[in-house]
Amino acid sequence: MKILTHPAMRWVLGGALVAFAAALPLVNIVVPGVLPGATYTPGSLQVLALSLIFSALALSYHVLFGLTGLLSFGHALYFAIGAYGLGIVLERTGLELLPAIGLTLVGALVAATLLGAVSLRVSGISFAMVTLAFAQAGSVLIRRNPEVTGGDEGLSLPSGRVPDFLVGVADTRNLYWLALGVLVLVFFAVRWFERSRAGHVAAAVRENELRVRVLGLPPMPAKLVAFVIGSVLAAVTGVLYMLLQSGVTPRSVSADFTLTILVIVVLGGVGSRWGAVIGGVVYTLLDQRLTALAGSEAIAALPPVLRIPLSEPLFLLGSLFILVVLFLPGGIVGLAGRVRLTDRIGRGRAAKVSSDRPEETA
Amino acid sequence: MSTVVLLLVTGLGLGALYFLVASGLSLIYGLMGVLNFAHGSFLTLAAFLGWETARALGADSWGSLLVALLVGALTGAVFAAGTEFLLIRRLYNRHIEQVLVTVGLSLATVALFDGIWGTDPIFISGPQWLAETTNLLGARIPNNRFLLMAVAVLVLVAIVLFLRFTRYGLIIRAGVENRSMVTALGIDVRRAFTVVFAIGGAAAGIGGVLASHYFGYVSPQLGGSLLIFAFIVTVIGGLGSLPGAALASVIVAVLQQFANFYLGGTGDLMVVLLLAVVLLLRPSGLFGRKA
Repeated sequence: MKILTHPAMRWVLGGALVAFAAALPLVNIVVPGVLPGATYTPGSLQVLALSLIFSALALSYHVLFGLTGLLSFGHALYFAIGAYGLGIVLERTGLELLPAIGLTLVGALVAATLLGAVSLRVSGISFAMVTLAFAQAGSVLIRRNPEVTGGDEGLSLPSGRVPDFLVGVADTRNLYWLALGVLVLVFFAVRWFERSRAGHVAAAVRENELRVRVLGLPPMPAKLVAFVIGSVLAAVTGVLYMLLQSGVTPRSVSADFTLTILVIVVLGGVGSRWGAVIGGVVYTLLDQRLTALAGSEAIAALPPVLRIPLSEPLFLLGSLFILVVLFLPGGIVGLAGRVRLTDRIGRGRAAKVSSDRPEETA
Repeated sequence: MSTVVLLLVTGLGLGALYFLVASGLSLIYGLMGVLNFAHGSFLTLAAFLGWETARALGADSWGSLLVALLVGALTGAVFAAGTEFLLIRRLYNRHIEQVLVTVGLSLATVALFDGIWGTDPIFISGPQWLAETTNLLGARIPNNRFLLMAVAVLVLVAIVLFLRFTRYGLIIRAGVENRSMVTALGIDVRRAFTVVFAIGGAAAGIGGVLASHYFGYVSPQLGGSLLIFAFIVTVIGGLGSLPGAALASVIVAVLQQFANFYLGGTGDLMVVLLLAVVLLLRPSGLFGRKA
C-alpha cells in the first residue's frame, strides 16, 4: 500500500486517470445503471461533462470552505455570473468567444473583490448569512430583468456566435474534453494556491485566526484572495456550464444551488481536493440516476408510502447527506483514508489513530 | 396619505411574519450557536397541516382557524424538538456540522413536501372577515394584517414572560449570556436546548399558518422564501437578541414595502443594501453584543 502514497506514484496515478477520462469518448464501454448509454454516445458524454463541471465547481468552493474555513452561502452567485455573463456579453457585444469569456471573468473578479471585501467584515455565521443575502440580491436582479437575462425562462446561449466545433450534438465530445481540461486546470490552480504563501496563511486562518494575528500576519488579505480566487474559478465553471448546456436558468443562482455545492464538498470530504472531484462526479451521477429512477415504472407501481419518497431525488440525496455528516465526517475520501490506515497499522490500533487522519493529499 | 398608511400597515403585518420566524432563529443561535436552515421546513409543514385541519373542520369559521393555529404551533414545536433531539444533539459543539445537518434536513423535507402536496401553490380560504378590508385613515387595509400583528405581539409577550418568569427562561437567558458558566454551575443546559428549539418551532408554526393567510396559498417553497428574510432580520437585529429581532423585522418589512411601491419594486434589493450598510457600520447588528 505504501507505494500508492509515494509522491511520484501520485503523478502517475493522476496522469493515468486523466488519460483514461480523455479516452472515454473514443471507446465503447457500457456501464448499466450508471450512464444512460455507451461512453461514446452524446447522452453519456453530456452527463460525464456535467459531472466534471460540478467537480471543478466543488474545487472552487473547496478554496473557500475546505481551505480557508469560510462557510459561504452565496457561491452560486459567481457561477451564475460566469454563465449569465457569457450569454449577455455574447448577445450584446460583437466580441468573439475568447474575449467574451475574458470580459466575463474580469466582471466576476470585480464583483468578487467588492462583495468579498464587504462580507469579510464579519465572520462565521454572519458571513454565511451576508453571502446568502448577496446571492439572493443577484437572484432578484436576474428574475426582475427579463429583457436582459430572460427572467424565469432563463437565458440561452447565442449559438451562432460560438465556434462550430463547440455546437451540435455530435460535438459533445469536444465539450467533454474542454470540461476535462478545465477541471485539470482548476485542480492545479487550487493546488498552486494551497502551496503559495497566501494559501498557507489562509489555512492558518482556518485553524486559528487569532494566532495568525499574534504572529503579525494580517488575515484579511489572505481571506480576500482566497475568496476572489474561489469565486473567479466558480465563474470559469459557470462559463463552461453555459457552453455545455447552451443555456442557464435562475435556479443556478438560488440558495438551493449553493447548498448543492456544499453537499458535494461534504460528500466527497471537506478539506481534500480529490474529495471535491470525487464528490462532484458521484453527486452528478447519483442525481441523474435517481431522477431516472423516479420516473421509472417500478417506482410508479409502489404504494404511496414508498413511492413518494423514492420519486424525489433531493429527498434521497438530502437524507444521504445527513447520514454522511452524522456518521462519515471525512466523506468518501475520509472513508478511503480510514481503510488505508486500518491496512497499515492493523486492526488493534486503527480505532485510536483514525481520528487524526493525515491531512495531505496529492 | 392613504397609500402611506396602507404600506405602513402591510409592512407591519409582514414584519410580524418575519418576527415569528426570526425570533426562534435568534434564540436558537443565541443559546446554541446553530444557524437553523430547517426552520423554514418547520414553518412549511405547520402551514400544510394547519390548512389540512382547517379544511377538515370547515375553513371559514373562527374556531377552525384557532384549531389550525394550535395544530401549527404543535407541529412546529414537535418537529423542531425532534430535530434537536435526533440530529443536532449528536453533534454537540460542532457548529459547522450542525448547520450542515439542518441544510440536509431542509433539502430533504422540502423535496418530501413536493412529493406529498405537489409543487404548485394550494390556494386556501379562511374566515370571511380576514378576506375583507377595514377603512383606516382613508386606506383600505386587508384585515389579515391586523390578525398577524396581534398574534406576533402575543407571541412576543409570551416569550418575554417565559424568559423572565420561569426557571427555564432563566437558564436560557443565562445560557445566551455565558453558556460555559451555566454548565459550570451544574445546570444541564442541554434540556434548555430542546426547549428553545420547541419554542422557536412553535413560533415558526404559528407563522406558517398565518403566512398562508397573508399570501393566500401554501406551497413547499413558503418556508424557504421567508427564511432568507428572517436570516437578514436576525443579522440586522443582532444575533441572539429578541428585541433586536422584533425591531429589525419591522424596519426590514416596512422598508421593503415602501421601496417596492415608490422605487419600482426594488424592495428585496434595498433590504440587502440595508444589511450591507448595517454590517459596515455595526458588524454585530443593532442590538448585538460585541463579538
